[in-house]
Amino acid sequence: MELFQTEQTGYPHLVVPGITAPLGFLVGIGCFDYWFRWAAGKPTLPEDHSQHGAKTWKDYFRFNTDHKVIGIQYIVTTMFFFLVGGLLAMLIRAELAEPGTQLVDANLYNGLFSSHAALMIFTFIIPVFAGIANYVLPLMIGAPDMAFPRLNALSFWMLPMAGLLFMVSFIVPGGAFDAGWTGYAPLSTGAPLGQSFFNLGVQFAGASSIATALNFLVTIITMRAPGMTFWRMPLLVWANLSTSLLVVAATPFIAGAQFMVLLDRVLGTNFFQAALGGDVLSYQHIFWFYSHPAVYIMILPGFGIISEVISTHARKPIFGYRLMALALIGIVVLSYTVWAHHMFVSGMFSWLRVPMMITTLLIAVPTGIKVFSWLGTLFYGVIHTKSTAMLFSIGFLVTFVIGGISGVMLGMVPIDIHVSDTYFIVAHIHFVLFGGSVFTVFAGLYHWFPKMTGRMYDERLGRVHFYLTLVGMLGTFVPMHWIGMQGMPRRVADYAVQFSSWNLVITIASFLLGLAQLVFLYNMYVSWRYGPKAAANPWRAKTIEWQVSSPPPVFNFPDIPRVVGGPYEFGVPGARHVIMPGEEAEVARPAPARAEAESGGQAPAGAQ
Amino acid sequence: MTIFKLACAALVLGTITAVIMLIPNWNGPGASTAAGPIDTLLDVMIVISSYVFMIVMVPLAYALWRWRAKPGDESDGEPIHGNTRLEIAWTAIPTIIVLSAAIYSWIVLEDIEAAEDPLPIEVTAQQYAWSFSYPEEGKVAEELHVPVGQQIALELRTLDVIHSFWVPEWRIKRDLVRQAGTPSADIDDDVVVTPTEEGTFTLVCTELCGYGHATMRANVVVESEEDYEAWLAEQEDIEEPTEGAASAGADATSGEEPPADLGALESEEQ
Repeated sequence: MELFQTEQTGYPHLVVPGITAPLGFLVGIGCFDYWFRWAAGKPTLPEDHSQHGAKTWKDYFRFNTDHKVIGIQYIVTTMFFFLVGGLLAMLIRAELAEPGTQLVDANLYNGLFSSHAALMIFTFIIPVFAGIANYVLPLMIGAPDMAFPRLNALSFWMLPMAGLLFMVSFIVPGGAFDAGWTGYAPLSTGAPLGQSFFNLGVQFAGASSIATALNFLVTIITMRAPGMTFWRMPLLVWANLSTSLLVVAATPFIAGAQFMVLLDRVLGTNFFQAALGGDVLSYQHIFWFYSHPAVYIMILPGFGIISEVISTHARKPIFGYRLMALALIGIVVLSYTVWAHHMFVSGMFSWLRVPMMITTLLIAVPTGIKVFSWLGTLFYGVIHTKSTAMLFSIGFLVTFVIGGISGVMLGMVPIDIHVSDTYFIVAHIHFVLFGGSVFTVFAGLYHWFPKMTGRMYDERLGRVHFYLTLVGMLGTFVPMHWIGMQGMPRRVADYAVQFSSWNLVITIASFLLGLAQLVFLYNMYVSWRYGPKAAANPWRAKTIEWQVSSPPPVFNFPDIPRVVGGPYEFGVPGARHVIMPGEEAEVARPAPARAEAESGGQAPAGAQ
Repeated sequence: MTIFKLACAALVLGTITAVIMLIPNWNGPGASTAAGPIDTLLDVMIVISSYVFMIVMVPLAYALWRWRAKPGDESDGEPIHGNTRLEIAWTAIPTIIVLSAAIYSWIVLEDIEAAEDPLPIEVTAQQYAWSFSYPEEGKVAEELHVPVGQQIALELRTLDVIHSFWVPEWRIKRDLVRQAGTPSADIDDDVVVTPTEEGTFTLVCTELCGYGHATMRANVVVESEEDYEAWLAEQEDIEEPTEGAASAGADATSGEEPPADLGALESEEQ
């Protein structure tokens, strides 16, 4: 320890390898091979498609440009980080089971919740949606692959680097980064070495996110099958289009904020140290200018998944499809105007609070539109309530509405002043991120599991997983509202004795929640290995990915499909969404029937 | 007709939920003039939220019961694509509700933050302790004592990282951002509060400030004017007012090792 105490907080001799080692790994695994040859003027390697498809499990550990392989790589990697983040959460809850400090000291405790949040947000929720979309989206729009397959592979390989940097921080001198996932300056600028690993990890996760989002934007805008106008895109595609718009514009802000902290630490610049002329609050403004849109980055793809699942498993067209798509765009626009609602008590200009409060409350409107439209979709449907994907969607509706309601309360400045930085916030964030995002992730994974693996999962185990998760989730996060309002601050290793009984309840429920995920892992593993073979379209869905075999052929389609109608034409006689290659003969007739059905249903604004 | 029945069920269940949800004193006992308006606002929101929750849950439960698939049912639902009037309604009505809520919040905010000749008290935080100074009386103290019924203006200063001032019973919270002695153009960190109840409360730091964050607390005593005066007379005089604090603040952060780092490394060594 003597050695390090004489150094600056930044430790350049460890930070520089923190940047170069991951880059070296990316070069070594072959992410840049093609581009290096191109840049050097050498003849590029002809594409022999050897980098497509995965024949054995070992192929998933190689550089691969196939969007389906990358999708699986993403999902498995992010589920690994979900597990690690979950174990950290178990440790946090174990420490909080009773007042006082028992298991970990306050320093390690701060590291635990900081890395729990960083892993869950940057290496689980944001990228798991990228993984699901990576697999499903090109199939859904009838494209042979993503627009930039090599960039896609690079995006994926940056992700494990981010997670490793976060985890490695536990073994460096001074311990893991402990300024929270928000890393507020000047606590972060003066923190021990671990904080630099957070700064760097966010760069890799952020770069991965931005590259994927660009890829999605270009793929969605330019590679849709003929006939797939904007108003014929499935809502998952709309959701990823909106999310990508948020990612490309907002993520550079967190990258900038973390670079500035890193420069303050390593090079002695003074962005955020007030005593040296820096501006403390500017960190929070820059950080939240990303991190508020980020909460929509973490939920909009989930909205897309829920739309697919509810429509398919309730056998109904999405109610108010166009308004659903417009609500997504509305959320994108509004989400850039609300960041300072995280700063109502931060000491920023008082006048900024009221406009931010109004925009914050207004964002409930497009969100409400989506909830009501899902309800409208369920009405008069044939609801398969035994399907696990559907159960998670219903669970999502319940928990997300609760999270939305507490969100509206938090948006109101006088209420926020009292509950800000308390367990009420912890309850709210977990209702929207666990009850919201994670439930949608599960819904999506169960829904597309047959397509991705070619096998069926065990629905009975799936239901067990759902009910245990729901009970554990409610038991863990409902009481947090109460103890927060009663005066328990967040991010504390120790708390007043008056909160001890509720904290014990929360800890027990959280362990149930953790154990429930073992059911999920068991089900996924066993079904993937030994499950019964899945048909091409077990849910009888209309979208294109279900019209190819399970799992899909290496190059998706022998020929490009042709889209002739909306994606959710359940119950419309003769209507179809797509004509697959080789089906041409039987199509000519139903087309008029479809046109009739659409004009009868909704205001036709001319299909693009 | 179904719609009418569902609406009635939602209203009845919403009312029951609202009544039950209004029983607990969610925010705990209040002890300042801000507590009343804030708790009333919360109660109004709880009532509205109870109805909103049931307006979603009742139709959801009904739909799941009424249109659940029988085993082996492979049919499709009715191809309903939307209903423009309904969609306009569930866009417009929530807009009106949230805008009204915003205006009400704004009124409450103006109300609780109105300043009327308050008594200034400087609150200074550092890792992990609070100190208080009374510039008009020239006194410093380790505890915050205030006379009951007197509006006070808290001038919040920090010597190192960001802390946050929260007395749950007062319903007032504000971060301590400004470094003592440094000007900051974008910071608005003076808070007014009028305690209404005598007693001893706990001041809690609510912004993560390092490993001692959980234990960074101080006593807050609200007492009668006479007790307050008597207590204040016993306190130490301020030595060098703001200059001393300013240089302490500069030392704390511009030194070789900022306190956060030092503290963290020390605890690592143990």
